[in-house]
Amino acid sequence: MFAYIVRRLLYAIPILIGVNLLTFYLFFVVNSPDDMARMHLGMKRVTPEAIEKWKASHGYDKPLLLNSEADALDKVTDTIFFEKSLKLFVFDFGYSDDGRDISFDIGQRMMPSLAIAIPSLIIGLMVNITFALLMAFFRGTYIDVSGVILCVVLMSISAMFYIIGGQFLLAKSFRLMPISGFDSGLDALKFIVLPVVIGVVSGIGSGARWYRTFFLEEAGKDYVRTARAKGLSESLVLFRHILRNALIPIVTGVVVLLPLLFMGSLLLESFFAIPGLGSYTIDAINNQDFAIVRVMVFLGSVLYIIGLILVDITYTIVDPRVRLT
Amino acid sequence: MSILHARLIAASLISPAGKAALLIALASVWLLACDGQPWNRPYPDASAHENVFYSLFQERPKHLDPAQSYSSNEATFTGQIYEPPLQYHYLKRPYELMPLTATEVPVASYLDADGKVLPDDASAGDIVWSIYDIHIKPGIMYQPHPAFARDKLGALRYHHLGDDALSAVHVLGDFKHTGTRELTADDYVYQIKRLAHPQLHSPIFGLMSEYIVGLEAYADTLKGAWGKAADGKEQGVYLDLAKFPLEGAEVTDRYAYRIKVRGKYPQLLYWLAMPFFAPVPQEADQFYSQPGMKQRNITLDWYPVGTGPYMLTINNPNRQMVMERNPGFHGDSYPAEGAAGDREAGLLDDAGKPLPFIDKVIFSLEKETIPYWNKFLQGYYDISGISSDSFDQAINIGSGGEVTLTEGMLEQGIELNTAVSTSIFYTGFNMQDPVVGGDSGAARKLRQAISIAIDFEEYISIFLNGRGIPAQGVIPPGIFGYEAGEDGINDYVYKASPRGPVRRPIEEARKLLAEAGYPEGRDINTGKPLVLHFDTAQTGPDAKAQLDWLMKQFDKLNIQLVIRGTDYNRFQEKMLKGTAQIFQWGWNADYPDPENFLFLLYGPNSKLGHNGENAANYQNSEFDRLFEQMKSMENSPLRQSIINEMMEIARHDAPWVFGFFPTQFSLHHSWVKNSKPNLMANNTLKYQRLEPALRAQLQNEWNRPVRWPLYTMAIIVIVIVLPAFVGFRRQQRLSAYQDKR
Repeated sequence: MFAYIVRRLLYAIPILIGVNLLTFYLFFVVNSPDDMARMHLGMKRVTPEAIEKWKASHGYDKPLLLNSEADALDKVTDTIFFEKSLKLFVFDFGYSDDGRDISFDIGQRMMPSLAIAIPSLIIGLMVNITFALLMAFFRGTYIDVSGVILCVVLMSISAMFYIIGGQFLLAKSFRLMPISGFDSGLDALKFIVLPVVIGVVSGIGSGARWYRTFFLEEAGKDYVRTARAKGLSESLVLFRHILRNALIPIVTGVVVLLPLLFMGSLLLESFFAIPGLGSYTIDAINNQDFAIVRVMVFLGSVLYIIGLILVDITYTIVDPRVRLT
Repeated sequence: MSILHARLIAASLISPAGKAALLIALASVWLLACDGQPWNRPYPDASAHENVFYSLFQERPKHLDPAQSYSSNEATFTGQIYEPPLQYHYLKRPYELMPLTATEVPVASYLDADGKVLPDDASAGDIVWSIYDIHIKPGIMYQPHPAFARDKLGALRYHHLGDDALSAVHVLGDFKHTGTRELTADDYVYQIKRLAHPQLHSPIFGLMSEYIVGLEAYADTLKGAWGKAADGKEQGVYLDLAKFPLEGAEVTDRYAYRIKVRGKYPQLLYWLAMPFFAPVPQEADQFYSQPGMKQRNITLDWYPVGTGPYMLTINNPNRQMVMERNPGFHGDSYPAEGAAGDREAGLLDDAGKPLPFIDKVIFSLEKETIPYWNKFLQGYYDISGISSDSFDQAINIGSGGEVTLTEGMLEQGIELNTAVSTSIFYTGFNMQDPVVGGDSGAARKLRQAISIAIDFEEYISIFLNGRGIPAQGVIPPGIFGYEAGEDGINDYVYKASPRGPVRRPIEEARKLLAEAGYPEGRDINTGKPLVLHFDTAQTGPDAKAQLDWLMKQFDKLNIQLVIRGTDYNRFQEKMLKGTAQIFQWGWNADYPDPENFLFLLYGPNSKLGHNGENAANYQNSEFDRLFEQMKSMENSPLRQSIINEMMEIARHDAPWVFGFFPTQFSLHHSWVKNSKPNLMANNTLKYQRLEPALRAQLQNEWNRPVRWPLYTMAIIVIVIVLPAFVGFRRQQRLSAYQDKR
């Protein structure tokens, strides 16, 4: 397994270079360094000299990918791409275009993102599995049918509606919790409840329906019939056999998400004024801060790759037939 | 109690219904046990009674360094922390400059080419240099700051920090010791020199280098010196500006300094009321320049150092920014005079009282307008603007256009302030364009026809909820040069009437269009329809309604308007290259002087070729001549008559469709006192006063939690879970023969 993990990590290097190149290309197709300078310097009284000065001080005065005026290796190394991207591979994220230490900001913003994402994931998983099991157990009955209809209805509602509706109902009309905000330590609890509730409720429709199909698929298999034929009670069949086997796709689906929890939720963080990494990324895109955008894309790619490796490892744990070679 | 009874109770509790009942009972006890405080308070409970002002920021301020900071959201902070020599009177209108740290508003002395002093009324043409001698008040102290901290031997404690010393430092507050020192004239001169610093990007460097003697060359000097000092290093480099003298800014005394400018530039006084000319202590610059500081985000751009009434104690742009009263503030008092009506409005009740009134100001990050608005209604923000979404909830507009608060707002005791902004939004024609531009009669008539057709009264009503007044010219109300009444009407677009200016009928526009060579919107020579292009960076769904409306305005003249939507950067590029045809633009005044608006049509200030602010690339030699004459004049009837002449030229040539001056609406709760809009001053926080006891009482009244939904939800859960459980149990007991599935 160790050799397999090392090999996968080595595969990650060209993937990350490719992702970096793509981010770099897409960003600079839309924004030239001049555009970035104008955006950072504001709208009033921006002179060409100020733009040149800004570019020089932020290292954007060099050629993008190839420096034809440089000698030998400098042709490649004395470029914006090389200077801005290579350091990412040693996790040196540098400074944002407005001079902030990106590593420090990420460190600060990671916890608020996790404070929302982890409870949402765990509670959501429990609620979805319970609801899906309920529907699977009563399959074909009015409980199943109304459960599926409810899921479709919940799936059809926009995330924005959940957020605004939740804020209006629970925080404004019933005044049960703050509308938005964040705090440190235990004081953060009262701010977390509403986004977590909304995150869980908005995910029930798709989650429960998806898990229900896993349970039903398993329920139709031979080993389940055998278990029933053995005379096992329905609850034993459901919890000991169906649930355990259906958990394989569920767990692997969740494991791939785990590292990405760090990246936060764009909408929830924005509406609830949660200073997480989701809003950090959105702000960077809006402000055309290439330094932050490339770091967040790089980090997202790294975490996704880690997630995929974790999935493979998890497979070997939950399904002993699988071997990593 | 018998064992049997105990078992029965236990059994009943173990049953699902029992469990649910127990849960509800426990939850009820918990709910009843709550202490009557609102549950939705986003701050600690005790804070409601504190003398703390609650506000918000929607995006983090980019710069708090006074050399770089220019945006209004940054001025909210810099205005309270830094003290330039001058300030605007809080209450008087028109806006009036008064001393802040200066002993008096400086009066320029004028010199000719030989250095001889000229009389005050010398013509601008004779004046080669203007000298401003600024005297500051002694005894003003800086806020406590580690940059001033000294050890027992008197040496600066934190100016030679190594990696070890910085290892436990993450924010400025991690430095245990602070110190202070007296403000001197050196600090003002130091800051003027910083405008030319090669590592700073001061937005006014370009403008100031045209006026402050030697500033442009000074930038080159510093650039060379920086190159030597840095020697390839990116951090930990300090350039001691005191070693490099600047002719245009020099210290004449411990409490006096002199600024020397080219020619006559009376607008300098307005700049002296902005943070660009606030003092920066050399110690602070040196302190922040140490290696490792930037890595920790400890920079002057993030932790300002000033002498103002407040100091920034927490700067977490990811969540909260906190300003607290500066313990060493030199003191100031609430004005004893105001504008007409201020006394009746209670704005002079605090006359003469020491400032500031508020102890602490908490700005919380709030990105979306809906939560912001709702939290304001709950009393958790003290002031609020009014977004389009909440306008109808807040404001009633009467049939005569009168603005009042809705009943809901009045019941809450909310108060409204309105003020016409010192800003203009206009639709511009690129005067270099072969169709709409140029000074030919045909092009001019085409522009005039379009000016009549675009009904900005309708625009203001539909898109701004009436929050604006149609512009008759370039200068907004409240700025010298603006003329109200019939004299101020744009005769080419409006007619005077007893009800005020009335837009000319569309038939007149059609006639003008025909005279321009486009009868019925078709080219008289080719017969082809006239197609014009509108360049805009607004492309989202919100903008669609506005763009559709604009197309309809052109359609009145049978002109086809093609929208060329693009992103902001491309749009800027088009404007710089002069390839846009028709566009919309705006300008927000830097200072209350007509020069700051009329320069938007000054030829040498055009965007094309000069990268200036004249976005229409308008050029009229007579207008330019009058501008040069007017710009350096004191306000006087002569200046007014020149401005009138300029306005007549601009209205006749119609390089703009003079759009509208926005009206600002702001709300505040009844516990906020002394609130009066001042669109020029940045340091208005010190005048605000709170009644925290009233706030706490009203917050509690408005935010009593509604508990029945919790009970209802619990019952619903039981109603759902119980049948499911019963069904499950029943199915468990079924034999194979009974299973109907």
